[in-house]
Amino acid sequence: MSDHEQGGEEARAEDERARERVPEGGAVDPSGMGPEVKQSILGRYDVAQKAGGLLAPVLTALLAFFIGGLVVLVTTGSNPLTTYRAIFDGAGFNWFFPWVTGLERANAASNLQQTLILTTTLVLTGLAVAFAFRCGLFNIGGQGQYIVGAVLAVWIGSSFSGMNSLLHILIAAIAGAICGALWAGIAGFLKATVGAHEVISTIMLNWIAIWVGVFLFGLGGPLQNDTQTYVPISNDVVEGARLPVFWGDPELQGLHIGFFVAIGALVVYWLILNRTTLGYGVKAVGFNPEAARYGGINVSRNYFLAMAISGAFAGLAGAVDVLGWQFRLSTNDIQGATIAFVGIAVALLGRNTAIGVALAALLFGGLLTGTSTRNLDPEIFKPELASNLTLLIQGLVVLFVGADVIVLWLLARLHRTKKHARHEAEAQTP
Amino acid sequence: MADASRTVLEMRHITKRFPGTVANDDVDFDLREGEVHALLGENGAGKSTLMNILYGLYHPDEGEIVISGKPVQLGSPKAAIDAGVGMVHQHFMLIPVMTVAENIVLAEEPTHGGGFLDLSEANDRVREISERFGLAVDPKSRIEDITVGQQQRVEILKALYRNADILVLDEPTAVLTPQEAGELFEIIRGLTDQGKSIIFISHKLNEVTEVADRITVLRRGKMIETIPAEGATEQSLARLMVGREVLLRVDKSPANPTDVLLGVEDLHVFDDRGIEKVRGLSLDVRAGEIVGLAGIDGNGQTELIDAMTGLRKAASGRVSVAGEDVTGESAYGHFKSGLGHIPEDRQRRGLVLEFSIAENIALHDFRQAPDSRAGWLFPNRLIARATQLIKDFDVRGGNAQSRAGGLSGGNQQKVVLAREIDRDPKVLIAAQPTRGLDVGAIEFVHRRLVEERDEGRGILLVSLELEEILSLSDRILVIYEGEIVGEYPPTTTEEELGIAMTGGGRGQEAAA
Repeated sequence: MSDHEQGGEEARAEDERARERVPEGGAVDPSGMGPEVKQSILGRYDVAQKAGGLLAPVLTALLAFFIGGLVVLVTTGSNPLTTYRAIFDGAGFNWFFPWVTGLERANAASNLQQTLILTTTLVLTGLAVAFAFRCGLFNIGGQGQYIVGAVLAVWIGSSFSGMNSLLHILIAAIAGAICGALWAGIAGFLKATVGAHEVISTIMLNWIAIWVGVFLFGLGGPLQNDTQTYVPISNDVVEGARLPVFWGDPELQGLHIGFFVAIGALVVYWLILNRTTLGYGVKAVGFNPEAARYGGINVSRNYFLAMAISGAFAGLAGAVDVLGWQFRLSTNDIQGATIAFVGIAVALLGRNTAIGVALAALLFGGLLTGTSTRNLDPEIFKPELASNLTLLIQGLVVLFVGADVIVLWLLARLHRTKKHARHEAEAQTP
Repeated sequence: MADASRTVLEMRHITKRFPGTVANDDVDFDLREGEVHALLGENGAGKSTLMNILYGLYHPDEGEIVISGKPVQLGSPKAAIDAGVGMVHQHFMLIPVMTVAENIVLAEEPTHGGGFLDLSEANDRVREISERFGLAVDPKSRIEDITVGQQQRVEILKALYRNADILVLDEPTAVLTPQEAGELFEIIRGLTDQGKSIIFISHKLNEVTEVADRITVLRRGKMIETIPAEGATEQSLARLMVGREVLLRVDKSPANPTDVLLGVEDLHVFDDRGIEKVRGLSLDVRAGEIVGLAGIDGNGQTELIDAMTGLRKAASGRVSVAGEDVTGESAYGHFKSGLGHIPEDRQRRGLVLEFSIAENIALHDFRQAPDSRAGWLFPNRLIARATQLIKDFDVRGGNAQSRAGGLSGGNQQKVVLAREIDRDPKVLIAAQPTRGLDVGAIEFVHRRLVEERDEGRGILLVSLELEEILSLSDRILVIYEGEIVGEYPPTTTEEELGIAMTGGGRGQEAAA
């Protein structure tokens, strides 16, 4: 025993030095992780992203904008910077500049309200993707969950016209969230019980949601407008169930209090993941389901719960939209909406963190608003091309987010090759 | 044939830096014709880095490599092969569904008729080489049908087929039974007689003294000494390797077993493919004893452990912990009834590498007070507990909030050990508790297991390392094809256990 005590100090020093171990075992390892480190895809993704820190998402966005700018230049010949400036102003971000005054300022305020209305929805649909991601699940079904949430909210919101306003809003919003949770929960349940892949089942559920909605509000459908029997649209949400506007003119679609719902959702998201046993379980399953199972965590249950919570965020997004500014749903809205798919880009760019999702949602909200035809000066950029530019940048972001692991790898490789070349050069000079 | 005075390889002043560390610091290494030169060192000492430099996988920051008197630039494995270097990796790089000959000639296939594979020529050439060097394998067998020992021969043949004169064997005995290891040493002697020179990488001291002519010891990237194998003892080599005196044999008093704490009765378990891997197995572990379960990998150990810990449903049979029947309970139920489990793969199962040390330590208990209440987690309590355990178990390389994946293997294992022991289990199932650890960490884990035994816990040690089984166990059970085929005292020799492990203890047909 005493023999060991004496060795203690040296062993300590030794361990200290051996801390940052060199990869042992043969394979070349560009990431700097030991080759024997076996990790889930999510785990590798996590490590690679942390390696890039804040730089990677910012570079991703910048690169997307740069290539988008090149496209502007090539297709229209106009200066991309002018175009981007126009988008920036169109999104109302110039409202933050104190020197913008008068009518310009009023316009900016109005534009910024539109941007923030979209940001609200994008935060919620982004969180819907991000939460599932933390459990190792890819929720592509945000759109379907959004639709069922919107459908239920519009139904409740357009009924019970005499109800207490606060109660009416709460019931409609919560019902929308629960409906989204149940909808996503179907995919979670199938994943947990029979192992059906959530990507497939959520996509299928999207189509079911769309066609159920079309059926409900289509001509002759059970929830179709009571007075306009020839229009495939729902009844209007009654005044009392509409979310109050706190900034801007309610008649001109000012910013509604759903904005605070989104901020609250961000806080809830962070709290669940970092301060609850539920979040611990979800993350453990996401990083390493095998270790979670060994630890006594019920993996199937967490798959279900993670999907349901994801769906609740998306369902809430749908509810907030119809209660906040849409007030009615047409079959066209249901078939044409893509806002929840943008949520995927938001979650990816936001690195599935609360703050990241908030920033990414603001970026995409600004892009969508700034390029909408009514905001962009036709002399600067053809309005009919403008929304395509948004789509283009979205696509590029998704592409680069997937590719930034490759970018990091290339950087590491470049670093090595440079060193090698230097070594070669030194070896050849006598 | 071999000219021992001729130096075939010289690596001079090799330095290789990685961010934050120097993997090889001015290392000199040379190899004479027809000798076995062992490279000895702990994990992370720089053995593999040095060999990866020789094999063209890494490029040294400083230093030069001279092969047969000529300075060479080894920019890729291809260049190394062309220079006559062959490497046999610890993990074989073979294609299971292809034949021995097809694997050996891969990428250098003999062809005829303008690009068609000449399989009979390939078979002939493989047979010719295997006869010349005394490496008996059938060129036409498929890799998946032959034993691990034979697969290793195929790897050696692959190198010889490419005209390697310098063979690097990376931890070659790690996957072999004692008998197979003996055969490998015969092969190595045959190769050196024919003029081949061999670099033998290992951290097993007994092997090194047996097979090597000279031994070079690396420690923390530095070359410590090159000594002749003759006259070197395991104790002296361990001191060189670790830099201090090491207890190679575990100091322990005789066991004092009392009540049965872990009982397994007539257990039958199937694997994922529906094959019965545990076939009517029964065993007991009593308080205050270490029971060693010896066996060759794949004889049902994994399925047995999974069934005993609630990670896999047993088809039939019973498992009890401290008298309580836990058959069919969940993993969580097993933990609650007093079972601790050090899993065989700490990175795949034992730890969530992306989690902090504190979060990993809470893996079983995060749902209970004091870690949480009513679903609300208290990260500060997790950190406080982890900080204490890090101190108690001497975990180096991070604090409670560092990522577990950033720790070295030994320290990761200490985290697992700390978690399992801190829960005060009655029974501890330790599967491969020292796999991949270096001498210092092995010593720690062994000492701790003996301490826990003396505390009155029952310990089931499942290991593929016979040395570990022999030095720690109070009783040894041998598992073969899912059954216990014999019980042995710790005084048994490795050879006797080796025979039992291959089914030789049971009947004549298996021994043949």
